[in-house]
Amino acid sequence: MPVYAATFMPTPLITATGLTKHFDDTIAVDGIDFHVDPGESFGFLGPNGAGKTSVMRMIGAVSPITAGELSVLGLDPRTEGPKLRARLGVVPQEDNLDQELTVTENLFMYGRYFGLPKAAIAERIKELLDFAQLTEKADSKVEALSGGMKRRLTIARGLINEPEMLILDEPTTGLDPQARHVLWDRLYRLKQQGVTLLITTHYMDEAEQLCDRLVIMDKGKIVGEGSPRSLIDQYSRPEVVELRFPAGVLEEIAERLEGLAPRVEVLADRALLYTDDADATVEKAHAEGLDPETVLVRRSTLEDVFLRFTGRTLDD
Amino acid sequence: MAIPLALRVAESEAKVYRRVWRGSIFSSFFNPILYLLAMGVGLGTLVDANLPTGLDGASYLNFLAPGLLAATAMQTGAGEGAWKVRAGVKWTRTYHAKLATPIGVPALVNGHMLWIGARVLMVSVVFAFVVVMFRVAPVWQSLAATVPALLVGVSMGAITTAFTTRTNSDAALPTFFRFVVIPMFLFSGAFFPITQLPGWMQPVAYVTPLFHGVQLCRAVMLGIPTVVDPWVSVTYLLALTAGGMALAMKPFREQLLP
Ligand SMILES: Nc1ncnc2c1ncn2[C@@H]1O[C@H](COP(=O)(O)OP(=O)(O)OP(=O)(O)O)[C@@H](O)[C@H]1O
Ligand SMILES: [Mg+2]
Repeated sequence: MPVYAATFMPTPLITATGLTKHFDDTIAVDGIDFHVDPGESFGFLGPNGAGKTSVMRMIGAVSPITAGELSVLGLDPRTEGPKLRARLGVVPQEDNLDQELTVTENLFMYGRYFGLPKAAIAERIKELLDFAQLTEKADSKVEALSGGMKRRLTIARGLINEPEMLILDEPTTGLDPQARHVLWDRLYRLKQQGVTLLITTHYMDEAEQLCDRLVIMDKGKIVGEGSPRSLIDQYSRPEVVELRFPAGVLEEIAERLEGLAPRVEVLADRALLYTDDADATVEKAHAEGLDPETVLVRRSTLEDVFLRFTGRTLDD
Repeated sequence: MAIPLALRVAESEAKVYRRVWRGSIFSSFFNPILYLLAMGVGLGTLVDANLPTGLDGASYLNFLAPGLLAATAMQTGAGEGAWKVRAGVKWTRTYHAKLATPIGVPALVNGHMLWIGARVLMVSVVFAFVVVMFRVAPVWQSLAATVPALLVGVSMGAITTAFTTRTNSDAALPTFFRFVVIPMFLFSGAFFPITQLPGWMQPVAYVTPLFHGVQLCRAVMLGIPTVVDPWVSVTYLLALTAGGMALAMKPFREQLLP
């Protein structure tokens, strides 16, 4: 490596080595290593119970680490919690807005917790309401907001202290496609402003849209790491042919499917053929005398990478 | 940090309270009037007819008023220590939101207790004016009695907070009120001297914070001599407050920062 490379290497915002979290006898996070660079959008992708929230909470200094090393913004979450939290924004998995206060009051009080002066908070609230498209709802009680609005308010609240890093735990779960796109757009803007984003999700498209780099977690471990594209290129084939068969048929023909593509996954209701040339694979299937109910050709996605690492689809 | 974070926590409770303060102050004013009319005046006529020398030299109305002040303060403290805490931890999870900021568990507990103190004081001051209306005691003595009322309210707030954090089921709180708060309200000397209690219950009454609050309020408002040395009572109530707060720290940490 040339000597100068070291000087241009950014100091990571987060470094985790052997990071571990136990709850009684549950191992939620099992000795993981990763680092996040400044300005990066970094994702944690994984099914329910993979340990994503546990990692986020340790980074946010609201959950003591069981073992390993963790440094966030150059601080130690164990001993410098308040100082660290002052510089973070957090959007928790479960909304915890104050239902009895209005939109503006929620933002105002949050600003107060960070010790910001009243005038500065008032100024910031105006910007944030605009950013979250909630200006019209400024004086509504939180109770009266839709799920998507609450989520946007929670994000706005997490930005009140102009954090260097925003931690988003499943920011769009439970939202309709349109609300998700609005949120993605907002997050994209933040990223452009240089805010480091830490995102957990179990939506592949979300990870592909938002993350520069991500890790795939399963059962407390990191099973894959890279940019969405590189993960797909590395661990999957460019194209996927999905063949659907009536119930019961798949087991009988499993062996005949094997030779059709470099990699074949047989699920309960369909077979996935990973290939470099979908048309050729479809032709081969027909030549083999297979008679699927439907044939779908698509580009490979992170979901396929996930399947390969864990042997399961994400919504299992 | 220049301004203690605990104050921010109390400020947020005040913001929520601002929405309901009218109704709340109205009932803090109206309830004592009802009680003092029905029991102090109504029932009191019968009591006074039976006891020409009064209770500790006081008419029943005068005997009841400071006792009821302490009992109301106690109940207010218990109320603020119960559902608010359960909601913050479990229902609305607003405590989790606070702890994602520089606020930590100690500031959360201190701010919560500050707010309980503020609430108890509001209720007690309104009560003190009702006491003046009923010509039980002059203004300054009535107001002075809000200090021991504050002590008993805050101590019960701390105890209830500790209880709430150390139980998980939603049934625990009504049970606590049914078997601890209401019996304490009735049997700690606010309505009748504890010497009227069966022998085995008297030591129990001495242990309750309310008993100490009642005798302090009576001493301050009417100059009725205390049974237990007043400084012992003050120390006891302060110790209960500190104890309750200390007992709440660990379960708060476990539940909010798992
Ligand atoms: N407070 C807790 N007490 C006990 N066990 C816990 C606690 N929080 C998480 N766990 C356990 O740790 C494991 C990882 O949970 P975690 O919430 O980190 O997963 P996740 O990846 O965020 O899942 P999801 O996608 O469902 O949000 C699970 O087995 C869970 O049951
Ligand atoms: Mg989670």
